[in-house]
Amino acid sequence: MSAHVSVADRQATDGLSGQRIVEEIHLSGIEFVVAVPDITTSEGVLRPLTGLSHPRLIRVCKEDEGVAICAGLSYTGKRALLLIQHTGLLDSINAVRGVAVDYALPICMMVGLLQKEAGVPPRQSKSYGVRIVEPILEAMGIAYHEIERTPDTAKIRPAIDNAFAQSKPVVLLVGQPPK
Amino acid sequence: MMKRDECLRAIARHVTDRDIVAPVYSTAFDWIDIRPHPLNYLAHGAMGLASSHALGLALGRPDKRVIVLDGDGSLLMNLGTLVTIAEAAPKNLFHFVCENGTYEANGGHPIPGRGVVSFAGLARAAGHKNVHEFSDLKVFEQQVGALLAEQWPVFACLKIVSSGEQKRDYSRLHGAPVRQAFRDALRAG
Repeated sequence: MSAHVSVADRQATDGLSGQRIVEEIHLSGIEFVVAVPDITTSEGVLRPLTGLSHPRLIRVCKEDEGVAICAGLSYTGKRALLLIQHTGLLDSINAVRGVAVDYALPICMMVGLLQKEAGVPPRQSKSYGVRIVEPILEAMGIAYHEIERTPDTAKIRPAIDNAFAQSKPVVLLVGQPPK
Repeated sequence: MMKRDECLRAIARHVTDRDIVAPVYSTAFDWIDIRPHPLNYLAHGAMGLASSHALGLALGRPDKRVIVLDGDGSLLMNLGTLVTIAEAAPKNLFHFVCENGTYEANGGHPIPGRGVVSFAGLARAAGHKNVHEFSDLKVFEQQVGALLAEQWPVFACLKIVSSGEQKRDYSRLHGAPVRQAFRDALRAG
């Protein structure tokens, strides 16, 4: 067995594949991506989704709008993914509280952790804003999953399926810019 | 200036059993008395978001008209919705805003920009192509049917007087049975 680790191997274990994330979004039955641009997921997720006819991209001005749009879509039986930055999640906490948690709706959020250091758990980030995200979600009783490396993308589809099966919100925390 | 309940009655005359109606706060309490129906979408979770919920409903069910009965204070909390709706441009979304210049559900305090801000102007500037403003009930009654037959997102500002205090039982709007009734009605057709 060679001690040499190829670039591809390293990307598979250390990096995060944007292509795999987009594939998982498709496989999860997502029909609408509702987005405010997030620098972490900008190139690896949002850019590849731009211009596709499916899922349809809905650009919104503010994240709480997106929470409500996803709620309306959920009543119609359509699956949506809200693609935002963690700053936007923090800004829209009351909408998440009222719409997603109080009403028990399957609001699925993919949240880029701006300024989180690759490979560092969110709670150990030097960024205060990043450190408080998971404790806030726990306080609100919202399920979350860390998407840090390519193997973590396997969590996306079950998380979304589960959110719709149980009619509960879920947050997918993207911890480094997908390539 | 018009009375809100008279405007709502004028709208109700043109609403069918297939339409979704999303009224907010004081308007919602008036509306559910005027036109109780399981396809009334009453639970918005946070102030200002009704038109955004409605956009999701309109995108998900293009076969149905979705009629938002918004308030001026509510719209001020989510002005970006005007831009988002104008860009998404669902043909089946009708956004009425009752402008009475007050946060009627929160003590009757004046909204910022009362009497100065133009909601129709904001909608036009946001990219809406089908914008209307009414302050005369007879004119509104004559035109509302045609508005609801449009094939482009409609924005209409209704200049109304404040209705004052109301009895408010918010469980009539937010309760789980209300939400389930809406879900069931939407699934049924």
